Amino acid sequence: MKSWITTTDHKRIGLLYFWTAFAFFLIGGLEALVIRAQLARPEGVGVSAEVFNQMFTMHGTTMVFLALMPLTASLFNFIIPLQIGARDVAFPRLNAFSYWVFVLGGVFLNASFFVGPLFGTGALSVAPDAGWFGYANLTSRQYSPGPNIDFWVLGVQILGVASLAAGFNFIVTILNMRAPGMRMLRVPVFTWMTLVTQFIVITAFPVITVALVLLMFDRFFGTHFFVPAGGGDPILWQHLFWMFGHPEVYILILPAMGIVSEVLPTFSRKPLFGYIVVVYSGILIGFLGWGVWSHHMFAVGLGPIADSVFAGTTMLIAIPTGVKIFNWIATLWGGQLRFTTAMLFALGFIAMFIIGGLSGVTHASPPADLQQTDTYYVVAHIHYVLFGGTMLGLFAGFYYWWPKMTGRLLSETLGRWHFWLSLIGMNLAFFPMHFSGLLGMPRRIYTYPDELGVTSMNLVSTIGAFLIGVATLVFFWNLFRHRRALAPGAGPSDPWGGATLEWAVPSPPPVYNFSVMPVVEGRLPLWRTARHEPIAPLPATPPAPIHVPGGSWWPLITAAALPVMATGAVSRELWVVLLGVAVLIVGVYRWAYEPFEG
Amino acid sequence: MSTHAGSMGLDSRKMAFWAFIGSECLLFASLISTYLVYKGKSLNGPYPHEILNIPFTSFSTFDLLMSSLAMVLALSAIQRGDMRQGKRWLFVTALLGLIFLGGQVWEFNHFAHQGLGLTTNLFGSTFYVLTGTHGAHVTVGVTWLLTLWVQALRGKLGPAQAMTVEIAGLYWHFVDVVWIVIFTVVYLIQ
Repeated sequence: MKSWITTTDHKRIGLLYFWTAFAFFLIGGLEALVIRAQLARPEGVGVSAEVFNQMFTMHGTTMVFLALMPLTASLFNFIIPLQIGARDVAFPRLNAFSYWVFVLGGVFLNASFFVGPLFGTGALSVAPDAGWFGYANLTSRQYSPGPNIDFWVLGVQILGVASLAAGFNFIVTILNMRAPGMRMLRVPVFTWMTLVTQFIVITAFPVITVALVLLMFDRFFGTHFFVPAGGGDPILWQHLFWMFGHPEVYILILPAMGIVSEVLPTFSRKPLFGYIVVVYSGILIGFLGWGVWSHHMFAVGLGPIADSVFAGTTMLIAIPTGVKIFNWIATLWGGQLRFTTAMLFALGFIAMFIIGGLSGVTHASPPADLQQTDTYYVVAHIHYVLFGGTMLGLFAGFYYWWPKMTGRLLSETLGRWHFWLSLIGMNLAFFPMHFSGLLGMPRRIYTYPDELGVTSMNLVSTIGAFLIGVATLVFFWNLFRHRRALAPGAGPSDPWGGATLEWAVPSPPPVYNFSVMPVVEGRLPLWRTARHEPIAPLPATPPAPIHVPGGSWWPLITAAALPVMATGAVSRELWVVLLGVAVLIVGVYRWAYEPFEG
Repeated sequence: MSTHAGSMGLDSRKMAFWAFIGSECLLFASLISTYLVYKGKSLNGPYPHEILNIPFTSFSTFDLLMSSLAMVLALSAIQRGDMRQGKRWLFVTALLGLIFLGGQVWEFNHFAHQGLGLTTNLFGSTFYVLTGTHGAHVTVGVTWLLTLWVQALRGKLGPAQAMTVEIAGLYWHFVDVVWIVIFTVVYLIQ
């Protein structure tokens, strides 16, 4: 137990990320089911409007910050040091710090469901209720006097710290910790896409940090950054939020694109078609992702020039995305295809992401977008991209790398059930939303009249959502069937015949990862190609003892300072805030002067 | 901690710090943009031209620029193993940082007496949040420098730790450069 709490081993942190994020994924899923149960019939009476607002706000916030991002972080942690031939990340304690900040930030945010009585409100829950993008002035003290938005502002701020710390860590790890011969254009595509993702993280998160700081000043100290009565402009929030929010979409999808770029070649027994083009288009998506934010704001009325520019950039970004899709399909072409569960999810990703991408291009046209803004059409789009895209991609990754992470194969039979139920469920749930949206059903309404003509579509959506719930339970069961991890090296070291370095070490890998540092001579170090022999098998036991740095308490203690400060702020107790500051200072100093060889 | 170059030929901590500085650029860019967007949008006074004291802040700016010079001298002394000079210049850098902070405290106090509070108008809000964030960065920097100075006094800082000093220096110069931008945007171009 203690060894897990103080661990700085990237593999253990990867597993911790997985189980924690998966728990939050289940919570976010339950919130979605409450929403869908309420909307199954017109004039639904299951939950009140207030509870409904909390459900969709927490569903979005949880899925983005507490489920999808940390699930990608789980794979970054476990796989990337192995793929580049490193013994750990560049900063192992900073890595542990990121994990603990994420967990404690998530707990802080979700604690709002149970602490209503402490704030003298009638209800048990004071969860955030202004939507995941928290538009001004729904979030102003005037219109939201309770602690709900305080939890959101401070909780999301804390989670940003976790992402930023991980961003610096992984950029340095990927650039600076590569094995001999692992040149940048030999780095596996998953690692490449992670690198791009982390550059987006460290540039996008400061913007939301500032937006949240300004909102915090509005709410706690009475400034008027977003309050029109004091001259402030609510639109500024939208700009700052989407300058973060759109790059965030790429933070969520690029890792999934990376996963698919690993899974498809392995199960087609062919190198990825156009490796360099896939890498460059990933970089291009990273850059262009910064120039499209205002397409979320066409309905604001920014004027014809701004609308045209952002319509153009948004259509432009479809090009590198389309390039990738063609490269994946070309990878399949003529390959020896093996339809494992990981492969099915990767193929599902391509198909569903194309649908989500196409509806995305329709938003790029301002006149069409005006019809779609704030309707269920947008909800359909984001779920095709984030569930059909990111989530199916992540499932492909977990089926592919689970044997590497735990030494156990997941059941392929249950995996197929999981895949088909997910695919059918998501299409039932989200496809009809295109139509209900275009017929005029606004998002974020807790009930609707029968006369709107969207009753049967909503029922189908609800059935589909519950099917996704069943599919997730199948996955859960699949994980738990063999939940005990094996001793290092006990599993089949490579059940799939992968080409990249992570498959050169035992499954699960020993604590030092590589018994000797591999020397890389090509992009596919484990495959025989026209120009390269596969690298020689690594010795089973290290020829020389390998020193692995021990654990540390200070990442956890330093991380704990942040929710303490936030708790002090929501409860208006200055001494608690100061206590948190004191813990932070002690934690940072003890950390800095702790003898620890990274 | 020892210095060792990775696959890019650069110390990992230094590379991480460059990434951090890149991230910080976006943080200050967002704050400065907010200041610019709200420039001239205050519904009531005091307005910038009524209150900003350019000669006084020019002195603060000069003081901070000189602290960067002291930082360079401190690092150079420590790198060549001259700890006597190294200690002196580390202390001078921190002291100049403290003088800058003192000037900021005096300035905030003075503005408050002239009726510009945090919530008085958009100018007050954007000004205090922007310069306050910068001041918080200077405070962290001064604390860092004083920590290094105390370590040096205890004989625990030498040429082997020059990379630690270099990284602290990177931070310090960055905070200095940001101030030059803020001084230009807020004070000089009214």
